[in-house]
Amino acid sequence: MGNGAVLRRLLLVPPTLFGVAVVVFVLLRVVPGDPVSMMISPGATPADIAALHARYGLDLPIGEQFFVWLKAAVSGDFGISITRRQNVLGLILGRLPATLELVLVATVIAFAIGWGMALLGAYFRRRSPEWVVDGFVAISLAVPDFLWGLLFILLFGVLWPVLPISGRIDPRVGVDFHTGFFLLESLLTGRWTVTGDLLRHLILPAMALALPLSAIVTRVLKASLGEAELQDYAQVARSRGFTRRRVLIREALPNALISTVTLAGVQLTFLIGGTVLVERIFSYEGIGNMAVDAMINRDLPLIQGLVLTFAILFIILNLLIDLFISWLDPRLQHG
Amino acid sequence: MNARFSRRSVLGLMGGAAALPLLRPSLAGRAFAADASTLTIAYNVGLPAFDPTVGGSAVNPTIQSLYQSIFDPYIAQNADLSFKPGLLTKWGWNADRTKVEMEVREGAVWHNGDPVTAEDVVWSLERAGDPKGGNPIQFVWAKAGNYKIDGNKITGDVLSFEPTFFKWMAFLTGFVLPKKYYTSVGAEGFEKKPIGSGPYMVDEFQQDAFLRLKANPKYWGGKPAFDTVVFKFVPDGASRVAEVESGQSDITLEIPYEEFDRLKGKGFTGYATPISDIGMIFINDIPPMLDRNVRLAANWSIDKKAIVDKLLRGYGVPISTLEAPGYEAYDPSIKIPYDPDGAQKLLAASGFTPEKPVKFTIQTTRGFKPKDYEMIQAIVGMWRKVGIDATIEVYEIAKHYELRAADKLAPAAFYNWGNAIGDPSTSTGFAMFGPSPHSVWDGQDMIDMIGPLWGEPDEAKRIAGYKAVQKRIADEGEVIPLLQYVQPIVARKGITVVPQSNGMLLPALVKPA
Repeated sequence: MGNGAVLRRLLLVPPTLFGVAVVVFVLLRVVPGDPVSMMISPGATPADIAALHARYGLDLPIGEQFFVWLKAAVSGDFGISITRRQNVLGLILGRLPATLELVLVATVIAFAIGWGMALLGAYFRRRSPEWVVDGFVAISLAVPDFLWGLLFILLFGVLWPVLPISGRIDPRVGVDFHTGFFLLESLLTGRWTVTGDLLRHLILPAMALALPLSAIVTRVLKASLGEAELQDYAQVARSRGFTRRRVLIREALPNALISTVTLAGVQLTFLIGGTVLVERIFSYEGIGNMAVDAMINRDLPLIQGLVLTFAILFIILNLLIDLFISWLDPRLQHG
Repeated sequence: MNARFSRRSVLGLMGGAAALPLLRPSLAGRAFAADASTLTIAYNVGLPAFDPTVGGSAVNPTIQSLYQSIFDPYIAQNADLSFKPGLLTKWGWNADRTKVEMEVREGAVWHNGDPVTAEDVVWSLERAGDPKGGNPIQFVWAKAGNYKIDGNKITGDVLSFEPTFFKWMAFLTGFVLPKKYYTSVGAEGFEKKPIGSGPYMVDEFQQDAFLRLKANPKYWGGKPAFDTVVFKFVPDGASRVAEVESGQSDITLEIPYEEFDRLKGKGFTGYATPISDIGMIFINDIPPMLDRNVRLAANWSIDKKAIVDKLLRGYGVPISTLEAPGYEAYDPSIKIPYDPDGAQKLLAASGFTPEKPVKFTIQTTRGFKPKDYEMIQAIVGMWRKVGIDATIEVYEIAKHYELRAADKLAPAAFYNWGNAIGDPSTSTGFAMFGPSPHSVWDGQDMIDMIGPLWGEPDEAKRIAGYKAVQKRIADEGEVIPLLQYVQPIVARKGITVVPQSNGMLLPALVKPA
């Protein structure tokens, strides 16, 4: 992807976000569930109810509400959460690092498992290990991430209780961090006990998120490896006496990775979407868990802020993936 | 691009990552160690904000346990809903009910060591009664004012007589906050570092994750049994079960009854207590519910005992009025019969039969309360046999509130109604009085009967009046009371819990066995 293409993509960001904002804003006000109706006290008069609507700006026409919100949002003010009575941007920025760390660890796990399984399947083609790999792919794809979560809770929380099943850190550990990136900060400051505790809390939700993606990586990479092994450069390497293992890892794998990264990059956005349910199940304090509460309570300012955050994440992620793929495969820079 | 970071090296590294799964995890070992001085509770809801007197969270009954651990109510409650001294040791009206009189506990201190004073109480009451203060129960607190302090005694003028004024002091938003501290740090500062006078002090709060509390050594009620209490916020029911089963939490609540029975069978202690929360079906005063025969038939044809026994595994108490056993105006003589034959005759009198049934929609939540949807399914099945063909419409609770506020609910709508102070005005009153934004049946009969009871100064007359209202509702079938909920609490062996009829789980009352 050349500089021009990057610029074009960046220029498309504001209109994309504007479109998302419009759709979310309108949808939230069209679907049933007036947030004020959940706050009405038993003795409220119609005037009290009208005052509550006015307090949250819900008495204005939708168009006017949107422009009031947009004007503030442009300057970074996403309003005040109705239920938490805190600044929406502050709330989201406080939770976002937790989700990003979860996504990062899940991605690393997904790729590590996926590549390992793909290499195994490709190396032992038409032999029993390949059937195991295919079975892994089938099962991992068939079971959604949140069900993996429940299964892991049962397995590693109840039957073999070696890992914590809720939260991000042991409540008895002092939460003395300067940023929301607990894992990163604990690593950088060398607090290994805290790092270990954070990882123990991360591993189950990250695994639940990672398994479906790892299955996709396995399937695509295994197929790509099969094709790459038939290419001329692989045949030449083999005719020069290289072992199959070496041909597979040194010749086929680098070429097969490009298609895998492309597809897995797209799937990564689904992984981020999956954080909503997985964070809920593991009581993990990220923006996904927060989104569920916001929806239940019809916390409109918070929902709007969260949806925009997810949209920004998707846009950035897609851009990064495209840049990465283009860097991996220089042909695309001239395509 | 330099040599260390070439495309080939990156691709190589990515390939090398394939070996990662082969690495043996070094994190094995027991995840947790038992700590006798810490009590960990897997709690079903999170804490949106600390101030227990303003905003939506202040009127959320499910988080009152958290508030009561940190803050003291003006008046406390016993396990059976009766009242006992809190920060007020005496309270009441003068003889002609023109004054409120209170006496503030001596020796109580805030978590920062300052003494709790009568000034704190008056400031809290005035703040609560301020229309601009954001207290959702302001309409109650504003009914007294012009407070005067004499030592630890407070008197105030009754501006408009409210029979439940003191009862609310044990319920939603009925908390005393520290005037000096709050005014010095402001609302934002208070949210960051809240202090109260309750049995526990805030030690660490990770919103959506946990609240860690430390015992208040100077608590007027004595130091609590556990030095540390951790509320872990675990909204998913299955995860809460796993929390106690794995030993990661000591207590949990609000879990499926099937799991409750299973855990009891595995050596956990189970507490199943009827609480001040009922399941009911609102009836809207729109066709075909304007036909008394249809309303009564809908009431008589429901076998509540079968629902409790078969769907809720016996955990529930069938009820005939909106006043559950234990509430002040509960009248056991009022009975709605289970009489499907009688129901069929009533419907026949209005021209409906099982072959030619009366049709309407019933709305319900699904998963908001235990077996809510399944209960409505069973009820619809019972109705079908007598000549009622009801269509189920599932909605979210948010939609229910919106439709109820706009008086646009379907002819029948399932809901639950909590009433932690057990007063009839806060159940039958608000649920059935037409002008209340929470009522659904807007019949003039109810307006005429309940209207005069709001300010009735004669307590015996007020309670008798509400009993008459309930009788009328049952005779006319203007609502369908279903059951009183039973709250399941599971605790590990070695600790005892004191279940509360108001549904709160108070860590200060949990003790080592």
